[in-house]
Amino acid sequence: MNKTAQNFVKGIIKENPVLVLVLGTCPTLATSTSVINALGMGAAATVVLLCSNIVISALRKVIPDKVRIPCYIVLIAGFVTMVQMLVKAFAPDLDKALGIYLPLIVVNCIILGRAEMFANKNNVFDSAIDALGMGVGFTLALFCMASIREVFGNGTFAGIEIPVLIDNHISILTMAPGGFFVFGLLIAAVNKFGKYKPKKKDFGCEGCPQAESCGKTSCEKQEKEAAVND
Amino acid sequence: MTKLIVILLSAVFINNYVLSRFLGICPFLGVSKKLDSATGMSLAVIFVMLMATAATYPIQKYLLDPNGLGYLQTIVFILVIAALVQLVEIVLKRYVPSLHKSLGVYLPLITTNCAVLGVTILNIDEGYTFVEAMVNSLGSGLGFFLAMVMFSGVRSTIEGSDIPESFKGLPVTLTAAAITSLSFLGFSGVIENLFPM
Repeated sequence: MNKTAQNFVKGIIKENPVLVLVLGTCPTLATSTSVINALGMGAAATVVLLCSNIVISALRKVIPDKVRIPCYIVLIAGFVTMVQMLVKAFAPDLDKALGIYLPLIVVNCIILGRAEMFANKNNVFDSAIDALGMGVGFTLALFCMASIREVFGNGTFAGIEIPVLIDNHISILTMAPGGFFVFGLLIAAVNKFGKYKPKKKDFGCEGCPQAESCGKTSCEKQEKEAAVND
Repeated sequence: MTKLIVILLSAVFINNYVLSRFLGICPFLGVSKKLDSATGMSLAVIFVMLMATAATYPIQKYLLDPNGLGYLQTIVFILVIAALVQLVEIVLKRYVPSLHKSLGVYLPLITTNCAVLGVTILNIDEGYTFVEAMVNSLGSGLGFFLAMVMFSGVRSTIEGSDIPESFKGLPVTLTAAAITSLSFLGFSGVIENLFPM
């Protein structure tokens, strides 16, 4: 497999942003109540990710290293605002369904994470491919979760009623606890059957791509420092 | 007055940021391992939420809205919050070192926390007045605090138990979060019955 294909595929399986890297949990849990919402969220995030990765990669030699995180955030916020306006204009129903989670793409760890881990080290083409792979991986993970939650929780699939399940749906799955539960089950399934074992790292700040950006130390280290200072 | 109490209680219990709105999941899963770090983190969140609302609400009402710049909301808010957090950290370090010692390590982590940006945007979306917005931020912060403290207790119990191999780590934590969140479902409808409008 050549490098381009590898870059694309790794985001979908080996480094799936949601199920393996466990990034962007907030929108995953919140918007996976129905398949349509999940696909909308996935598409919106993919567009932002693609644009931000391309621009950040193109500007990687221009942006001074010290202020790169604020620069990234401004760029990302700009793209999020554009997507927000487009969705509002062309898909008002989706805008209502996603609500607060649409502007919150700004603080989605996946986007800042890819900027920090990939786009500022690689050329424009590779970064675009990486963004597409990650975006598709994010959308697929959301789609899986939303399918489970909508089919069993609501008895429908993308709004189409399913004969037996429509009368016997488990409505708790579409509510908040169901989100946590299905997400837990999916990650357990990935752990069990996945060929790619997730790294043995903690999912706390150690795994957070922003760990670098908050004072160059992870919060565990900072906690230790704080304990020493006491 | 009743409205303020309703806003406060519903922000803490019914629309709990972590357990029913799924905002701020990263710190909820990452920093809830020990009680003292959970407390420190949530106190810092309450503090920053109040400061952020106090700063962003006037900006939206008196700067962006009159000039038809409402669409700049997301960019302006995230920048204001990021700058504010840095400023607060510097001020605390200089003038209130004791508070900086207990909250300082958590402050940089909060800059890009979706709960903080979420509360400032929701305050505008809901059309609250300034006082209501502040009360809502306080309630949201307290709700975050409650969820963090409860969950750190739940997690310390899980630590010692025997868990199937594939459920170790995140899956069992999420399952526990599901059960914790289930308990908060019990609050829905309470406010309507306590304070019939």
